[in-house]
Amino acid sequence: MDKTMSSADVVGRLQSGMTIGIGGWGPRRKPMALVREILRSDLKDLTVVAYGGADVGMLCAAGKIRKLVFAFVSLDFIPLEPYFRLARQAGSIETMEIDEGMFLLGLRAAAQRLPFLPTRVGLGTDVLARNPQIKTIVSPYADGRELVAMPALDLDAALLHVERADARGVCQVSGPDHYMDDVMARAAKETFVSCDELVDSSFFADPARAREVFWERAETTGVVHIPGGAHPSSCSPMYGFDTAHFKAYAASAGEENGWQAYMEKFVAGGEAHYQQQVGGLDAIRALPLPTY
Amino acid sequence: MSDSAYTLAELLICAGSEAWRGDGEVLATGIGLLPRLAASLSMLSSNPDLMMTDSEAYLLSEPNPVGGRGADFRPKYETWMGFSRIFDNVWGGKRHAMVGPTQIDRFGQANISCIGDPAKPKAQMLGVRGFPGNSISHANSFFVPSHNTRVFKAGECDMVCSIGYNPARLPKGYSLDEVDIRLVVSDLCVMDFGGLDHQIRLRSLHPGITAEKVQENTSFPVFVPDDVVTTPAPTEAQLAIIRRMDPHNLRSRELKDNPPGDRR
Repeated sequence: MDKTMSSADVVGRLQSGMTIGIGGWGPRRKPMALVREILRSDLKDLTVVAYGGADVGMLCAAGKIRKLVFAFVSLDFIPLEPYFRLARQAGSIETMEIDEGMFLLGLRAAAQRLPFLPTRVGLGTDVLARNPQIKTIVSPYADGRELVAMPALDLDAALLHVERADARGVCQVSGPDHYMDDVMARAAKETFVSCDELVDSSFFADPARAREVFWERAETTGVVHIPGGAHPSSCSPMYGFDTAHFKAYAASAGEENGWQAYMEKFVAGGEAHYQQQVGGLDAIRALPLPTY
Repeated sequence: MSDSAYTLAELLICAGSEAWRGDGEVLATGIGLLPRLAASLSMLSSNPDLMMTDSEAYLLSEPNPVGGRGADFRPKYETWMGFSRIFDNVWGGKRHAMVGPTQIDRFGQANISCIGDPAKPKAQMLGVRGFPGNSISHANSFFVPSHNTRVFKAGECDMVCSIGYNPARLPKGYSLDEVDIRLVVSDLCVMDFGGLDHQIRLRSLHPGITAEKVQENTSFPVFVPDDVVTTPAPTEAQLAIIRRMDPHNLRSRELKDNPPGDRR
């Protein structure tokens, strides 16, 4: 079985109007090369579901997003994502703003093929007032309490980035956190994973490596080998996020035609050109891990 | 340097650390540098049973100092604690977070999402993050580095991110007593919601601050009991722990002009 494909193949399987989950968390382990491929494409009117960072900011800047499902969008060390802010303050995107944990429950409901999962989370807050499509139910048991019926976040596709994968879609995350990537893979009809290294299946024969696999290969539709593909986000322990790049990116949001200039300098010329512009793969792999 | 020459940042760390005294074995989460140092101080003094993370993906048996830590530093890991497991902990209730809202209203409802109409905000901030789940699941305290009427606002928050003591928003089958807002630590005072019908209540005033000043900078009435004390000055032992947890003195850059703790 060989699930390897190119990032152009991935984008070719996506359609305008789809609901797309993007893995990682804030500035961490985002499938940025796949996001850049979307930026270069004709795709539009996407519903994006993400624990957002620059992935969301860039897709906002490029006008790709019709609706955003989010709990936050942040670059952590730059707390406020600049292009997300501009889009929100212009009122140019629809939103479903929910709690981080509700987000996880929505993905779990989708992964379990349930219409919703019950939770207390969201009660008493404007998450319910601002999202009239999220209903509450009353416990059918003796407590009789009101509960939020967090609707399934069904994804047409999920985009993820991992350190290593084999051609059959066995994916390794040896870094400290796999975030919600496993649930996102299960919540999606099709899951496309970019990887820093494409390895032989024998790599996973060591049980210590097999412990670093968080979803079964049946959840992986396609594997794209893109060394450095998470840049400028991090792919711990291989490389940290690129603070200088993020600072320049954030500054561009305050400049006239800042986004067009960023697109032209970094994105438009393709991934090889991108890596050249940011100093090459060796420079990416040398980015220090952040201290929290 | 006399014993009394402590900074306001150090006073707030010590006042904040009191939030976890008596909590027992819960996850202490301090969002932001001063709340994190407050949680660290508590774990190393008033409540050694606390659990804390490395702000990434592990519980530590001893808090990490903030800032650069040198190549030979080894964190004292004890348990994997990735983000998905954080929610397992949150929903189980064994956690007490200290968070820094941009707005707090008279009900103790808080906002970090946006300012203005959420449909088209004047200023977009982070989003609701984990506030809804935290507030309905476990104890929370608030940290306010600049106590003013914009933070402690009139009416309700522009985007109510966390449940408070608002009868109009109470879900069916719940009691307001289940909402667990503990301390509100600001640069002027320490408060709680222990007044009649959960009214905000003054507990202690920082040295040199009056109850009148607190009220002037709060858009809704603050209950002032007769027994308001002065927030205790940090002890030498507390300051020693703070210096160990913040060896680069990052705390000196958190409050504008790094004011002294005693403003008399």
